[in-house]
Amino acid sequence: MLTNYCKYDCAYCINRRSNDIPRATLSVSEVVSVTMEFYRRNYIEGLFLSSGVVRDPDYTMERMVRIAKDLREKYKFNGYIHLKSIPGASRELVNAAGRYADRMSVNVEIPSEAKLKYLAPEKDHASVYRPMGFIKQGVLENREDRKRMVHVPRFVPAGQSTQMIVGASDDTDRTILTLSSALYSMPTMRRVYYSGYVAVNSYDSRLPALKQPPLVREHRLYQADWLMRFYKFRADEITDGGSPNLDLDIDPKMAWALRHPEQFPVDVNKAPYEMILRVPGIGVRSAMLILNARKFRKLNEEHLRKIGVVVKRAKYFLTCGELSIHNLREARPDVVRRQLTFDFGNDG
Amino acid sequence: MMDNSATFKFDGSIEGLLSAVFDSYYLKIYPQVLTREVAGSSLFDDDIYTVITDPMKAGRVWRALERRVSKRVLEVMVTSFLVETTDGNVALFRYIRSILDSRENVESDFSNHDAVNVLGNCRRVRGEAHRLLQFARFQKAADGTYFALMEPRYDVLPMCVEHFVDRFSDSSFVIYDRKRNYGFHYDGSDVRKMKFMHDNEHVLGGGLSDSCMDSDERFYQQLWRTYFQAIAIKERINPRKQRQDMPCRFWPFLTEMQ
Repeated sequence: MLTNYCKYDCAYCINRRSNDIPRATLSVSEVVSVTMEFYRRNYIEGLFLSSGVVRDPDYTMERMVRIAKDLREKYKFNGYIHLKSIPGASRELVNAAGRYADRMSVNVEIPSEAKLKYLAPEKDHASVYRPMGFIKQGVLENREDRKRMVHVPRFVPAGQSTQMIVGASDDTDRTILTLSSALYSMPTMRRVYYSGYVAVNSYDSRLPALKQPPLVREHRLYQADWLMRFYKFRADEITDGGSPNLDLDIDPKMAWALRHPEQFPVDVNKAPYEMILRVPGIGVRSAMLILNARKFRKLNEEHLRKIGVVVKRAKYFLTCGELSIHNLREARPDVVRRQLTFDFGNDG
Repeated sequence: MMDNSATFKFDGSIEGLLSAVFDSYYLKIYPQVLTREVAGSSLFDDDIYTVITDPMKAGRVWRALERRVSKRVLEVMVTSFLVETTDGNVALFRYIRSILDSRENVESDFSNHDAVNVLGNCRRVRGEAHRLLQFARFQKAADGTYFALMEPRYDVLPMCVEHFVDRFSDSSFVIYDRKRNYGFHYDGSDVRKMKFMHDNEHVLGGGLSDSCMDSDERFYQQLWRTYFQAIAIKERINPRKQRQDMPCRFWPFLTEMQ
């Protein structure tokens, strides 16, 4: 963090203008030298730099760019640099930053624009999506240039990410995941982070009074995120139950399976990869191993166990060879659900 | 006479294991156990065959493997060998045999438990190498050399040196495995394997002694500890998760955990 001074007054942020807290600013050379010393000692892999907004977005952004530039050019810093682009920063500065950063990010913060304006009156979604667009364009143009010419320096090679605060507004998981899915459809968007709201400004009545940050909900959202990125689930499938929010007691993959008994059991020896992936207790790695192994012989329960399938959960949803272990239709979803929540407690 | 319950004993090198594969074909024996060393002589000495490591034999087995499996799998095999357990050796031996015994390419037959075990062992070793990259903590000596001491579970130092050469580019460092008592020294241009005397004070003391430290070293260590504590979010402290991601066995070498 370059500075905790900020001219904005966002309800959810500890560093908002109206908070009476000690403020400090680091100089460019201070950040650069501490980064180098920490990096050499292997304390850190790189620099993740964000900042409060002083004076105006470009003034702040310019100092961040200078830090990245000095590290790369003066100190030949080889580590990772993540720059948090300041909302509202100009295209020129975003482009300059992209030459030195591995990854850049602009935070969405609040999933729906109406709620964002309510909690952070000085921000709107345009101030977020415009710099996101600059980064995307920069990366895509750079990709084209690198095809045609040899010595083009890379531009934000690790793409961009963003973050949403969960639980500061009453946005539902369906809203959040629908937005994530739209963000992931944008080329260069690599990760969406979900950050359970920590009640830092409990005096502000626009915010919910939370004793604890919603960590379980945050965890479920990450699981859902994984389902979209690695398990070929669509956002609308993950929240196709009665409630627009994820079930906190069981993980979203198990929840989907229990809502869709008609899709099971899956025959591990015949089913396509996409369906194998949908079986609770089978991950991406074990699904790949199953696909390879079944070319050689019919797999049985012992094989699956050895491959790393969590048979305890998977058994309700698959058949292998003759033995259908515990068929979901016989066992009934509600019984399985009770069984599983009993066995695994909160962790699904 | 030896039968198929025989034990093979080898010198613990990968060439030794490959020679064992060669001998098992030559002698037409499929050993059940492959051990690194057998303490003393036992009543069952009759069943123990000692493999003599022979680069020619090892080379022939290696070339046969190269013809049959992908480069990726060769790498997995060599990496898995570093777990240095009897079970690991046996799994690798049997996996190699199954590949050479078969007419078709069975490298990805994961219904074969040996294949899964070899893959698992490889992952374990790679995981340890990754942890070493994460948790090595360097101290700056008065002469400008950076020094890190580790006790990795497996012999993964050689897999990690290149990473640190990239990081340090022009300055020198020593990274040392206290368990296996050897390390690597990089002088700014070349890497060389090195060994301290067994009573080296820095190795025994778990880090540089104060007299050898750069004058700023303690300052940066303290700065890092302060930073580490300052960025912790009280509401999110989760000791169980911390121990999963940063196992206790690394703590003695971690500046921030002192």
